[in-house]
Amino acid sequence: MAKEILKFECETGNYHTFCPISCVAWLYQKIEDSFFLVIGTKTCGYFLQNALGVMIFAEPRYAMAELEEGDISAKLNDFKELKRLCMQIQKDRNPSVIVWIGTCTTEIIKMDLEGIAPLIEEEIGIPIVVARANGLDYAFTQGEDTVLSAIAHRCPELNEKDKNNESNLIFKNFFKSYTKKTNLPLVLFGSIPNIVANQLTSELKHQGIEIAGWLPSSRYDELPALGEGVYVCGVNPFLSRTSMTLMRRRKCQLIGAPFPIGPDGTRAWIEKICTVFNKEPIDLKQREEKIWSTLEDYLELIKNKSVFFMGDNLLEISLARFLIRCGMIVYEIGIPYMDKRFQSSELKLLEETCQKMKVPIPRIVEKPDNYHQIQRIRSLQPDLVITGLAHSNPLEARGITTKWSVEFTFAQIHGFTNARDILELVTRPIRRNSSLKNLGWSKLVKI
Amino acid sequence: MKLAYWMYAGPAHIGTLRVTSSFKNVHAIMHAPLGDDYFNVMRSMLERERDFTPVTASIVDRHVLARGSQEKVVENIIQKAQQEKPKLIILTPTCTSSILQEDLQNFVNRAAINSHCDVLLADVNHYRVNEFQAADRTLEQIVRYYLEKANQTNELSQTKTIKPSANIIGIFTLGFHHQHDFREIHRLLQDLGIQVNQVLPEGGTIESLKNLTKAWFNIVPYREIGLMTAQYLEKSFNMPYVATTPMGIVNTALWIREIKNIIKDNCEIDIEQYIDKQTRFVSQAAWFSRSIDCQNLTGKKAIVFGDATHAASITKILSQEMGIRVSCAGTYCKHDADWFREQVRGFCDKILITEDHTHVGNIISEIEPSAIFGTQMERHVGKRLDIPCGVISSPIHIQNFTLSYRPFLGYEGTNQIADLVYNSFTLGMEDHLLEIFGGHDVKTVITKNLSTNDNLQWSQAALGELNKIPGFIRNRIKRNTEKYARDNNIKEINIETMYAAKEQYTG
Repeated sequence: MAKEILKFECETGNYHTFCPISCVAWLYQKIEDSFFLVIGTKTCGYFLQNALGVMIFAEPRYAMAELEEGDISAKLNDFKELKRLCMQIQKDRNPSVIVWIGTCTTEIIKMDLEGIAPLIEEEIGIPIVVARANGLDYAFTQGEDTVLSAIAHRCPELNEKDKNNESNLIFKNFFKSYTKKTNLPLVLFGSIPNIVANQLTSELKHQGIEIAGWLPSSRYDELPALGEGVYVCGVNPFLSRTSMTLMRRRKCQLIGAPFPIGPDGTRAWIEKICTVFNKEPIDLKQREEKIWSTLEDYLELIKNKSVFFMGDNLLEISLARFLIRCGMIVYEIGIPYMDKRFQSSELKLLEETCQKMKVPIPRIVEKPDNYHQIQRIRSLQPDLVITGLAHSNPLEARGITTKWSVEFTFAQIHGFTNARDILELVTRPIRRNSSLKNLGWSKLVKI
Repeated sequence: MKLAYWMYAGPAHIGTLRVTSSFKNVHAIMHAPLGDDYFNVMRSMLERERDFTPVTASIVDRHVLARGSQEKVVENIIQKAQQEKPKLIILTPTCTSSILQEDLQNFVNRAAINSHCDVLLADVNHYRVNEFQAADRTLEQIVRYYLEKANQTNELSQTKTIKPSANIIGIFTLGFHHQHDFREIHRLLQDLGIQVNQVLPEGGTIESLKNLTKAWFNIVPYREIGLMTAQYLEKSFNMPYVATTPMGIVNTALWIREIKNIIKDNCEIDIEQYIDKQTRFVSQAAWFSRSIDCQNLTGKKAIVFGDATHAASITKILSQEMGIRVSCAGTYCKHDADWFREQVRGFCDKILITEDHTHVGNIISEIEPSAIFGTQMERHVGKRLDIPCGVISSPIHIQNFTLSYRPFLGYEGTNQIADLVYNSFTLGMEDHLLEIFGGHDVKTVITKNLSTNDNLQWSQAALGELNKIPGFIRNRIKRNTEKYARDNNIKEINIETMYAAKEQYTG
């Protein structure tokens, strides 16, 4: 149904985005007892050290296993080399899990990371998770998707946990009200800062829904149990692989909902979960309206202004949907990759929002071509372009207001509480420019 | 495989891209997977570049892996030639294309037939050269290509300019203070009555390369980039070059004299008189080093680390122009280690050649200098150890791309460096007063991170004494005292131990 009205286009894929290995930047901070080893070349290392800037100096729990010519020509033995490095990491940092990030190079030389990992894991006694987050297959935030989908395999089995406890079960039934959970367990997936995770957890708690756990949890040894009968729900739009793994391999039941970004998204997300658990939403409408009312001053600034998403982090559909609801007009939603199934509820909400706000449905451009997009931006002259850092300054110099998209990945944007933060980001360039607008130097290139 | 957290020099393709994007009408196409065009972000953010960086990628994805790039690279080149109309497109290999071993030269040949611009394949191997070497090579490759071409078509300028003139080779994008250095050299040459013929590659165009040979000689301000080009021009066109870096008073004078040697009697002004006037009265650095302020720096310990050019020059300035003791001078330019050793020999206690930042950090914490002159990495080490650091070399952050005029070269450069050095050490008079009055910093001692922990006891009186010592040297005194105590098997440290330690390690 959604597909009939929404228009999807696909361009050349010649666009700028971050390499998916950048996910180590936020994942090593989220999973506190982890160590991320990126197996790649100087190119990967150079990207990480420049992209992560200052963080590198804080003794991060990640490192490069830098491949040298001997590794490429198979003069050196991958197994021995990786074992040596992992033992050194074990000695220096003693993490609970080592995550190997496979890169383009390991793909091309066909290094059998999945085969080697279990052998080394057994020898050194630390779990080794392999995620292939490479630029051949994925863009930016999809890196997290590959890591989470690999970790999903390591979550304990729900039924096995029960089996171990079988003898205790009767006991528990007697002494503790073990059966208080009438619902099947709900596990949320997606890496968000702990504080935001707590906010979402308590929103659901308010509706009488308890969460059995998060994937990822803030410690590796606290991963939630998965298995048949577990409901799972995503909080980020780029987690389609993880959702597949959870459904197909771990037999979980996916709750397909819009994502909790913006008060409208958050409400729709909670409502969908409530429907699944047969709960009547409590005060949800009022909660959403109250949040909207706190946004008035920002909404005033962006009403009827136009936005162009160049696309690089897969949050684009949800953000566009929220901004349309805020009264903006979206010209184009560029997006690296569009999983129409995983995002179907989000797409449907986008469509409904457009109808409700009486604006045309924006074109959705998958694998965009930055060159063509810039031509379109030139002719459309949008009020705001949401784009990567490579294009921001050049566009600003041409008098086009920009907001860099990477900030949306690192800022806290989920749930009711953080709706204001999204608008803080979106309106910042507009507020800045309105204070400079009378100076007469908005275009700063010689043409 | 190597466990690596951080690197001083980037991968080869970064060097190539720095050269190509410095030219006005050259476009680079990287043969690379999605996300490898990070260079664009660096240029746009660090240099605050207003224009779109002329670099795009011909994306290597799953399909390319399975079937080869086939028409893709060729089409991308032809398309870019139409869209941007550059004079030259450089196909840039990355680590990925190194292992894919596709015949990129063949793509280049095919694309050249169907596009209205020249197409070249950058001759760099990811696994053999680093950023600097690649930049040096690529620049030479472009210059050689166009000079040979011009030579064949008899378009090459055969005559020299009437007045003495020079090319400046090696000014380019993302270089450490390159823009400011260029302006300063330009001014110096103007004073000497020498025209600047061409600047390479920053702001240069492909068409004007054929005029390179009009210049009387070439100037290569930095070791890292431009030497190969200068050597080629010397060999093929008999153009002499000056490779001295005019950094510091002594070297600037040396540089001017070398130029005088080349242009001989065509110099309009009295060189020695000019040098003397600049040194004593125009530049403030010579006077500064005689002033009583600088006296307080005498014999203070410093560590220098950076690329070969800057580390060697700064070492010499500190040592011979300011009387500072350089305990260790080092570079990460391993490929140029011999030159570096030769340059700094006699100006420092110890020479360090390494690409490992933890090694540098350990040496800093061992020597405990009063100031560090290094890269951004050393600045962070300095922060952790509470030692001031002046940044003198890349790798650098955005704050090192200053908006204001901050050359390192020439006479204005000497002023800038003097300020940098002076501000890095604790101000002289303040230092003195702190010593007399016991300091205004009454923080209690933070438990040491770097000194080894072996149940040494400090008596109350000794701790009190320790707290009287100014904050910035307190940790050092503490460590020295503990070292003395360990060496002499003293378990409890009292005031006497402190004094004994002080006597043993004066200085």
